[in-house]
Amino acid sequence: MNFSIIRYILFRVLEFVALFLSLPCLLAVIYHEKAGFAFAAVMAVCIVVAEIGKQFKPKSNVFYAREGFVTVSLTWILLSVVGALPFYISREIPCFVDALYETVSGFTTTGATILSDVEHLSKSVQFWRLFTHWIGGMGMLVFIIAVLPLSGGYNMHLMRAESPGPSVGKLVPRVQATAKILYGIYIGITLLQIILLIAAGMSVYDSVVLSFSTMGTGGFGVLNSSIGSYSIVVQVIFTVFMILGGMNFNVYYLLLVARKPKEALKHEEARTYLMLILISSALIAWNIRGYYPNFALAFKDAAFQVASIGSSTGFSTTNFDLWPSFSKALLIVVMAIGACAGSTGGGFKVSRVMILWQDMKNELLRVVHPQIVKKPHLEGRAVEDETLRSIQSYLMIYLLICVISFLILSVDKYDFTTNLTAVMANINNTGPGLGAVGPVCNYGGYSALSKLVLMFDMITGRLELLPMLILFSPKTWKKF
Amino acid sequence: MHIIIVGCGNVGSTLTQQLSSEGHNITIVDVDNRRMQNLVNNYDVMGVLGNGASFSVQSEAGVNNAHLLIAVTGSDEVNLLCCLIAKKTGGCHTIARVRNPIYNMEIGYIKEELGLSMVVNPELAAAQEMARLLKFPSAIAIGTFTKGRVEVVKYRVEAGSILCDQTLQQINSKLKADILICSVERGDQVFIPGGNFIIRERDEISIVGTQQKTVEFFKKMGVAVAAAKNVMIVGGGEIAFYLAKQLISMGIRVKIIEIDKERCMTLSELLPEAAVINGDGTDRDLLMQEGLIQTEAFVSLTNVDEENIMLSLFAKSLTKAKLITNVHRITYDEIIDSLDIGSVIYPKYLTAEYIIKYVRAMVNSLGSNIETLYRLNDNKVEALEFYVKKDSPVIGIPLQDLKIKPDILICAINHKGHITIPGGQSIISIGDTVIVVTTNTGLNDIRDILK
Repeated sequence: MNFSIIRYILFRVLEFVALFLSLPCLLAVIYHEKAGFAFAAVMAVCIVVAEIGKQFKPKSNVFYAREGFVTVSLTWILLSVVGALPFYISREIPCFVDALYETVSGFTTTGATILSDVEHLSKSVQFWRLFTHWIGGMGMLVFIIAVLPLSGGYNMHLMRAESPGPSVGKLVPRVQATAKILYGIYIGITLLQIILLIAAGMSVYDSVVLSFSTMGTGGFGVLNSSIGSYSIVVQVIFTVFMILGGMNFNVYYLLLVARKPKEALKHEEARTYLMLILISSALIAWNIRGYYPNFALAFKDAAFQVASIGSSTGFSTTNFDLWPSFSKALLIVVMAIGACAGSTGGGFKVSRVMILWQDMKNELLRVVHPQIVKKPHLEGRAVEDETLRSIQSYLMIYLLICVISFLILSVDKYDFTTNLTAVMANINNTGPGLGAVGPVCNYGGYSALSKLVLMFDMITGRLELLPMLILFSPKTWKKF
Repeated sequence: MHIIIVGCGNVGSTLTQQLSSEGHNITIVDVDNRRMQNLVNNYDVMGVLGNGASFSVQSEAGVNNAHLLIAVTGSDEVNLLCCLIAKKTGGCHTIARVRNPIYNMEIGYIKEELGLSMVVNPELAAAQEMARLLKFPSAIAIGTFTKGRVEVVKYRVEAGSILCDQTLQQINSKLKADILICSVERGDQVFIPGGNFIIRERDEISIVGTQQKTVEFFKKMGVAVAAAKNVMIVGGGEIAFYLAKQLISMGIRVKIIEIDKERCMTLSELLPEAAVINGDGTDRDLLMQEGLIQTEAFVSLTNVDEENIMLSLFAKSLTKAKLITNVHRITYDEIIDSLDIGSVIYPKYLTAEYIIKYVRAMVNSLGSNIETLYRLNDNKVEALEFYVKKDSPVIGIPLQDLKIKPDILICAINHKGHITIPGGQSIISIGDTVIVVTTNTGLNDIRDILK
C-alpha cells in the first residue's frame, strides 16, 4: 500500500474543501450572519493544513485499485468530518454526532435529517447543508480529477471507486476529459433547473439551493414541509429534475456531446428506469385516488413521490406514510431498486436489477434445458461472467449489511417498520422512511450508536459497498 | 491527437504505453476482454471490446474523430481490413502491420490501393536493423530517416585512418563518395563542419547518405567495413529469411540452421545461395561441426528467447564473432543488457519505434512543416526533415546563392523518393523534403534556415 500518495491526495482534497467553504463564507458576509466565522475558521485551518501537508511530495507514484478504494473512502470520511465542523462550531447543530450525521447525509445525497426544524437555520448554514448534496452527487474526487491535471493512470482507479455502477466506463479516452464532460453536463442541468424555478416564481436563494439538492438527488429542503407548500408548477419541475438526476449520465453524453440521439433513446437502463417510474406512479395513483378530488392530482403526488424515492432524492409533497399499504410497499421496492448506474442517485441500481433478473430467468431456463448456454445482456452486449459474479456478491454484501444494521438498530426504541425502512433509506441514500422516520419525521430520536451505524450505511451505500468494507480488511493494510 | 490502436499484443501494449504518455488520446480495441482491461487499468486510455475490422466497433471507438488508426493484431488480413474501413469511414491516417512475405512483396501496390499511410513489418524491420549492424560492426550507432531511405551512421575515426588530418574538401575529392559528413563530435564539442574543417583522430563523425552510398564510402575509405564475411544464423523464421536475403545481396555468406525439415526445403528454394542446414541449432556438436569457431558473426533467431540468449552466451565463450540476439517477448531488458551479449534486437520495440516516429512527424506536421525530427549527439544537434510547400523562398534557387545561416547544413534532398546529397548547384523544388542538420535548435519551417 502506497500511503504517501494517499496522504498527498487527501491534502489536495482539503484544499478543495477550503475552496468550497468560501461560498458559504461569502454568503454569510452578504446576509451579515455570525455563522460566517465558523466557516472562515474551518476554511483557514483547511488551507494551512493542506498547504503544509502538500509540501511532502509522494515517495512513489505506485497506484493500484486498492489505493484507489482506500483513498476514496478516506476522502469521504475526511469530507464528512471537516464538513460537519461549521455546523458544530456555529452551534446551529450543537451535538457533534448530529452535525456529522447531517453532513454524511448531505455528501452521500441521502437527505435524512436529524433536525426537526430546518427553517431556523441561518442562510449560510442552510446553503452549506444543501451544497454538500451537489458536491456529493457527482463526487468530490471526480471534481478534483476534472480540475487538477493528476499525472499517471491512477485517476481511473479513483473515478472507478467513486462513481456508481457495476462497470464504470469512460466517455472519452482521457479520464480528465470524461470528468470534465460529466461535471459540464451536471452544471448545465443544474443551471437549467435554477432558471426554470426562478421563472416559476421561486426566490433566487431557494431556487439555487434546492436545485443543488435536486440534481445531487439529495433531499434536504429549506422548509419543514419539504416541497409540499410550493405551487404545482414548481412541484412538476422538481419531479422532472429528480428523474433527470437519477438518469444515467451516458444518456446526456450521447444526446448532448456525442450527438447520437438514436443511441441515447435506445439506452436500455434509462428506458427501464423511466418505465419503472411511470408504472409505479400509475399503480400508486390508482391506489390513492380516493384521497384526492381527482385522478390528476393523485397522479401528480404519486409521480412526485415515486420520482423522489426512485431517484433516491427523498423530497416529499405529502405525508406518504398515511397512504395505503400497497403504495408504501411499492415505494420501498422502488427505493431498493434505486436510480441508474452512472447517475447521482443511489440504491441497488436499475442495471444491476436488470442483469440479475435475466440471470434468474436463465437459471430457470437451465432447469428446462440443462445444456443451454446463455448470458445476460445489457445495452446490446453480453455481460461478462466477472461482472455477473461481482453483482451477485454485491447483492449478498448489500443484504448482509442491511441485516446487521437492522439488528443493531433494533436495540433502539423504535418499531420494526421504522428500523427496517431507516436502514433501507440510508443505505440507498434516499432519506425518508416510514413510521417514526417518515417524511414528516426525522432521525433525531435515534441513539448515537444507531446514528453511527446509519452513517456507515450511507457512505457504504454511496461508494457501492466495497471501498468502505476494504478499510476493515486487515489484508488491505499489510505491505505484502 | 486521437489515435485508435487495434490489437493489444506486444506491439499494441508498447504503443499504448508510449503514445499515451506523450499526451495522445488513445482508444484501444481488442477481442480479448482481459488483455484490453489490463491496459485500460494501467494507462489512461479507453477500451472498446470487439473486432477492430468491424464498422460498428470502429464507430464506437470514434473513428470519425480519429486522426490515426494503427492496426497491430496478429492477422495481416484483419489489419488491412481495419485500415481500409477506417480510411473509408473516418478518412484518417492508417498504419498496418503486415508480416506475411507474400503481401510484403507487393506492399507498394497494397499501400497505394488501400490508401495506407504506413506499413510496418516487424520481421523485416528487425532483419534490416541486424543487416545494418552486420554491415558496419565498427559503427557506433545507425539511425534512419526519410522513412528509412536515408541513414545516419556514427563512426569513430581510428588512428591512421585515411580521414585523419584532412579537410572535408580533400576527403571529398579523394573518395568521391556521394555522402556528407554532417556533424563531428570532438570531446564535449559538436561541430557542423564546413569544407575547410579538418577531421582529427578519435572524432566521432556522423555520415548521411543512402545505405548503398555509405557502404561505398566505407569501402573507399579502406575501413575493413568488416561486413562479416560469413554469418551463422540459428533459427530459420521470417527474420532469418529477410536477413539472409539482404546479406546475400551484400555478398555475405550465410549459413542457416533450422530444425524443421519442411522449412529448410522452403528456405533453400527461396535462398539458393544460402547453406541451409537441417538440424537442432542448440546441439553443441552440430554448431562446432558447422564451424562456429570460424564464424565472424553469429545471429540467434529461434522462437524461444531463452534459447537465443543461451546460444549467444555460448558463442561468446568460444569466439570473437559479432553477436546478435533476437528477443521477442521477455521484458527483463536490463537483465539481458547486463549479460553483455552484443547487440540485442527487440522486434516489438523496433515496430513501436517506427510507428512512434510517424506519429511524432504527424504531430509536428500539424503545427509546422517538420516531417521528422531526429536528435544526434546527445540532443546537441538536430536533424530535421522539412516538407517544402509552394511559395517557400528556397524554391528554385541554387543552394550556393541562398543566404543560409551559419551552423546549418542541408544534407539531403528527397525529390519524389530520389535522394540526392546536394552540392552548390542543387535546387529545391515544391514537394521535396529536405533534411537539415543544425546546432540551432527550434527551426519550424524551411524558411527559418535563411538569414
